[in-house]
Amino acid sequence: MDNLLGDAAERLYAQTCTPDLIRLAEQGHAPVEAWQACEEAGFGDALVPAEHGGAGLSRPEALPVVLAAGRHACPYPIADTMLARAWLCLARRPQTAGSIAIVAHGLAVQGARIGGLNLPWIRTADHVLAEAGGQAWLLPTRAACIRPSGVHGSLAAEASWALSDAERIEHGPSLAPLAAAAYAGLIAGAMERVLAMTLDYANQRSQFGKPIGRFQAVQQQISVMAEQACAARMAAQLAFQGSDALPGPLLAALGKARASQAVPQVADIAHAVHGAIGVTEECDLQLYTRRLREWRLAGGSESYWHERIGAAALAHGSDALTYLRVALCDKESA
Amino acid sequence: MIDTLELTAIPPEDEALRVEVRSFLAETLDGLEPDERARSWMGFDAGFSRQLAERGWLGLTLPREHGGSARGHFARFVLSEELLGAGAPVSAHWIADRQSAPLILKYGTPAQQACYLPRICRAQAFFCIGMSEPGSGSDLASIRTRAQRSASGWLLNGSKIWTTNAHRSHYMIALVRTSGSAQDRHQGLSQLIIDLSLPGVTVRPIEDLAGDAHFSEVFFDNVELAEDALIGEEGAGWAQVNAELAFERSGPERLYSSMALLECWLAHCRGLDDNASNRETLGSLLTQMAVLRAMSLSVAGKLAAGRSPAIEAALVKDLGTELEQAIPRLIGDALGRRPDQPPPLPLLRTLTYLEQVAPTFSLRGGTREILRGIIARGLGLR
Repeated sequence: MDNLLGDAAERLYAQTCTPDLIRLAEQGHAPVEAWQACEEAGFGDALVPAEHGGAGLSRPEALPVVLAAGRHACPYPIADTMLARAWLCLARRPQTAGSIAIVAHGLAVQGARIGGLNLPWIRTADHVLAEAGGQAWLLPTRAACIRPSGVHGSLAAEASWALSDAERIEHGPSLAPLAAAAYAGLIAGAMERVLAMTLDYANQRSQFGKPIGRFQAVQQQISVMAEQACAARMAAQLAFQGSDALPGPLLAALGKARASQAVPQVADIAHAVHGAIGVTEECDLQLYTRRLREWRLAGGSESYWHERIGAAALAHGSDALTYLRVALCDKESA
Repeated sequence: MIDTLELTAIPPEDEALRVEVRSFLAETLDGLEPDERARSWMGFDAGFSRQLAERGWLGLTLPREHGGSARGHFARFVLSEELLGAGAPVSAHWIADRQSAPLILKYGTPAQQACYLPRICRAQAFFCIGMSEPGSGSDLASIRTRAQRSASGWLLNGSKIWTTNAHRSHYMIALVRTSGSAQDRHQGLSQLIIDLSLPGVTVRPIEDLAGDAHFSEVFFDNVELAEDALIGEEGAGWAQVNAELAFERSGPERLYSSMALLECWLAHCRGLDDNASNRETLGSLLTQMAVLRAMSLSVAGKLAAGRSPAIEAALVKDLGTELEQAIPRLIGDALGRRPDQPPPLPLLRTLTYLEQVAPTFSLRGGTREILRGIIARGLGLR
């Protein structure tokens, strides 16, 4: 495992975020106790500076918690909460209780209400930290009017608030890189899980008298899957790189773009290897592949971020090698 | 299982080399056309290699007593990255510098080291690697070229094919059979250093589809080699070759084969009207490249730490060649979106050259299918 903190998160999520719990959360039973256990472990405050009562960790140190949350498809927004609390501290509006979903896109103010069609995590989060109309808002879920999206098993939903219930926050830096970094880490973690499940299945399922993993055609596909998962992991590390208080916009963009790009191949190969059992409700694979596909789009798909990275490269004026060496790799320039 | 690739930084003292290399290249390569730059490690220019040697940039990682500069893997990464990024014609010394010298340093006798290493560092000895044969491509263990013990050393018979630069090199390090037969597979293979000027050696360049002749067919007809042509241990050739491949497979040359096109197209785009589709293609290529570069650096870090990340190197190479092949495919499509605006001819020549040779990117140094087999073995599937 990654480090002591990562080990602790792995143990906690393995115990509390079981496949059964995920199914219950998707059916509408809020994972209150699981979230409480996570809160008591202090993971939500990992990035909050020590002077505000947090653990004061750097993002690279906290990444293992996010990867573990991805591996177990934790049905509450722990990665968002970590980053949102750090952001709120910077905005001088500390928020130490409750989980927070970050919604950087898709929310609008209309008349006396603020709302959006497909807000991630809204069915299990305690708060939403959102950007809308050039403003940041902190929105308590208990005051929200929530309507199911009809998307099977999604933790996202349509939601709106009366503006009188919405707390306006002096605009800090954009929330989009926070959401992008969070999803990059979750995707990389979930891919580790899906790869491990696929390897297990390929070794255990026999056809034509031998495990299907012995067939070259299957091996080649799983190797591609491992390559993509490995690239997503590096992408997540880049997204969480840097010593500033918040994720660097280009690094977060890069991380989310590459992790998102890997999703279709990884999820498709996992299902190809699993065969029909993989698309059944009883097989746990679907709990992770559905989330992977959802997270690919959430906070901007690969094309959304590619276009922004391309625009930044054109504006940068340097050659391509310099651009990717300097702008897209903080570890060296730091 | 596959080892995690941790983010790895280039130490500042190695990064410092970059400025010097960059300014040398800017001056030396001024005016070099992009389609010539696209040839880079297929671009043979002995004079250029000697200029690098004068600056101590050949044998960068070799000990000083052999004429090297005693620098580490990261310094070499920086130098390679700048050379390939600029499309410098590095082919003359590339294989000697990257593979042959480390091999001779690791397995050679003091006499062999003294004979070859200083000349490699001075760009006076160019090497090629003899692996494939007419009947042995991916199935390398089936090679038939054979060296038999003779009174004075070895008697060599057989042939090699697809040997990059054989017609322009002084020496070949060849994997040959020294005992047993093709059925013995990995047993009985050894590595020999062959002086290509010896009687009985015939080298025939093979013209490729782009009009170049960078590889050759080499015939050995009763070539008499001295005893000390053997490098390393007799019969241990297979293990030696595989140790070499971790170096070959993960370096910047597995990322930057299409860099000249990307640079040329980027400059071209800056002169065009704002175009969302070009931005997206550019962003996609740069994103993939940045992540791959971080992965490649991580493998360099493992090598620097004395580990042998063979599976990780195979993984990075497979992803890297996929990107190298995607660059001409995607840029070709981007340029072809506007048939009414044909690209400038240097850009067109660069694109066309890379489209034509790109299939070789996932052949050389181990085919895509072989690499994926290595990864599958690392995952416990084989």
